[in-house]
Amino acid sequence: MTSTTLGQKVVSPVAAGDTVAAHITSRSRPALMWRALRRDKAAVVSIGILVFLTLVAVFAPLLAPYDPLDGDASQRLEGIGTPGHLLGLDGQGRDILSRLIYGGRYSLTVAVLPVLAAAPIALLIGMFAGYFGGRAGNAVMRVLDVLFAFPVVLLAIAIAAVLGPGLANVMLAIGITMVPYMARVVYTATVQESAKEYVEAARAAGATQAQILRQQLMPNVMSPLVVYGTSLCGLMIVLAAGLSFLGVGVTPPAPDWGVMTSDGRSVLLEGYGHVATIPGLVILVAALAFNLIGDGIRDALDPHKQTS
Amino acid sequence: MSGRDVLVQAQDLRKVYAKPTLFGTGEEFVAVQGATFDVLRGETFGLIGESGSGKTTIGRMLLRLVEPTSGFVGFDGHDVTRLTPKGMRRLRQRMQIVFQDSGSAFNPRRAVGEQVAFPMRQFDLCPAGEVRDRVVDLLEHVGLRADQADRYPHEFSGGQRQRLGIARALASEPEFLLLDEPTSALDVSVQAQILNLLQQLQEERHLTMLLITHNLALVQHMCDRAAVLHHGELVESGPVDDVFHTPQHEVTRRLLDAVLEPVAA
Repeated sequence: MTSTTLGQKVVSPVAAGDTVAAHITSRSRPALMWRALRRDKAAVVSIGILVFLTLVAVFAPLLAPYDPLDGDASQRLEGIGTPGHLLGLDGQGRDILSRLIYGGRYSLTVAVLPVLAAAPIALLIGMFAGYFGGRAGNAVMRVLDVLFAFPVVLLAIAIAAVLGPGLANVMLAIGITMVPYMARVVYTATVQESAKEYVEAARAAGATQAQILRQQLMPNVMSPLVVYGTSLCGLMIVLAAGLSFLGVGVTPPAPDWGVMTSDGRSVLLEGYGHVATIPGLVILVAALAFNLIGDGIRDALDPHKQTS
Repeated sequence: MSGRDVLVQAQDLRKVYAKPTLFGTGEEFVAVQGATFDVLRGETFGLIGESGSGKTTIGRMLLRLVEPTSGFVGFDGHDVTRLTPKGMRRLRQRMQIVFQDSGSAFNPRRAVGEQVAFPMRQFDLCPAGEVRDRVVDLLEHVGLRADQADRYPHEFSGGQRQRLGIARALASEPEFLLLDEPTSALDVSVQAQILNLLQQLQEERHLTMLLITHNLALVQHMCDRAAVLHHGELVESGPVDDVFHTPQHEVTRRLLDAVLEPVAA
């Protein structure tokens, strides 16, 4: 997502230190980032997990042993390891594994799309307010502060209520509520970076405002945004579940992971913990994977780590 | 001094910082007041002052990296304070700055060669195909190696980064170089190298330099004339020998007394 416009040549990671003549290769920036990312085992495993979950969701009809919506009341709440039902059944006798497989379709979409949609908007707002500052910048940040004052869920409900129910509208609502948070992160980073001398050096060399924003500041404010954005992905699943619970999200029979977890809460303390725990664990693993990928990308974007 | 014309002119420069609040402006702080001096073509002019005395702000105003609250800056007949943004960008080719090495003078995410090349591209000083060669020439000229162009700022030592800073400042082939505490972050031995490099470059390229520093020995070593700054006001200025041997102002005497360290220059 970085826009390094000029054809840059970059030192190969092979040449560490600055004592010997360097092996200079003209690897592209993305290729170098990918190399750095591949060395990060946690990130590689996390990418594997998310790719796996995504493929499972995509091919759900082929993989799911049962219909995710169709329950067998006679077997309701049977535990893990029930013959034919590896992960047991929920309160309405539906196969939990099948629901998990289908649930990825909702949950992974809800995790990623709002964040992806909010990021560019937050980037624009945050960089504008942070770089130009002054009265306009201040005004923008004060408006965002007002949005901060609303509880996220309340704001999302209000937006979803205006837009009407449905998964797309819920994602839109969640995306909008995330903009101030992400913009704040970009704003802080932009203010910090703008004060550094390399920005002044660019200005002294006749750079236009647009050049300073795009070439100097953007690459430097991207990494906190990436880290923050990926950490929000996990939260989105839970937030969407909360909205479904309140009646403005995924409509209940649909097997969203968050919905499954909240469905299981009524029997959680009656000895049927698996109904809530299993989807909860899947959410945990997915959220963790998103976070670790975010950390990996941050490190891969960092020239200190690329070359050492 | 006679026969040399004025390149940079500061007249009654004043800078007031006001802390912006939600409504209007709050407390005001006068950083610079009534600064008037000329820098003659080809000379090195020293601006001496303790930290917080406003010397950096004056330097930034000369290059219009900071907008003066009032006053006038002239550069070779141009009114720097009233140029249009476009005219200013064009003039910047002739005036450059070397920063105190704080590690942040270069963008951490771009190869240094690309950053040295930026002014050349920006001012369209040579065909795109020659930029690379010119960068390499420049790096070698300031004592670095060609292959270091593809490295990132963090891979260099403080002294090397300062050489890079000088290379970048020279990339646009300026007449005027603003040196903002160019050696204060460096080891003494490296300081001497950088100073010698600057003097050598000044002779070769007929540069006019303004040296901002708190180090009197540096001024004595490098400068023809100097001004002493105290709390945002110029308290004394003149040829370096006069300022040093017959200080007129209390502040200058105090600064002189403070220099007790042996200087290897």
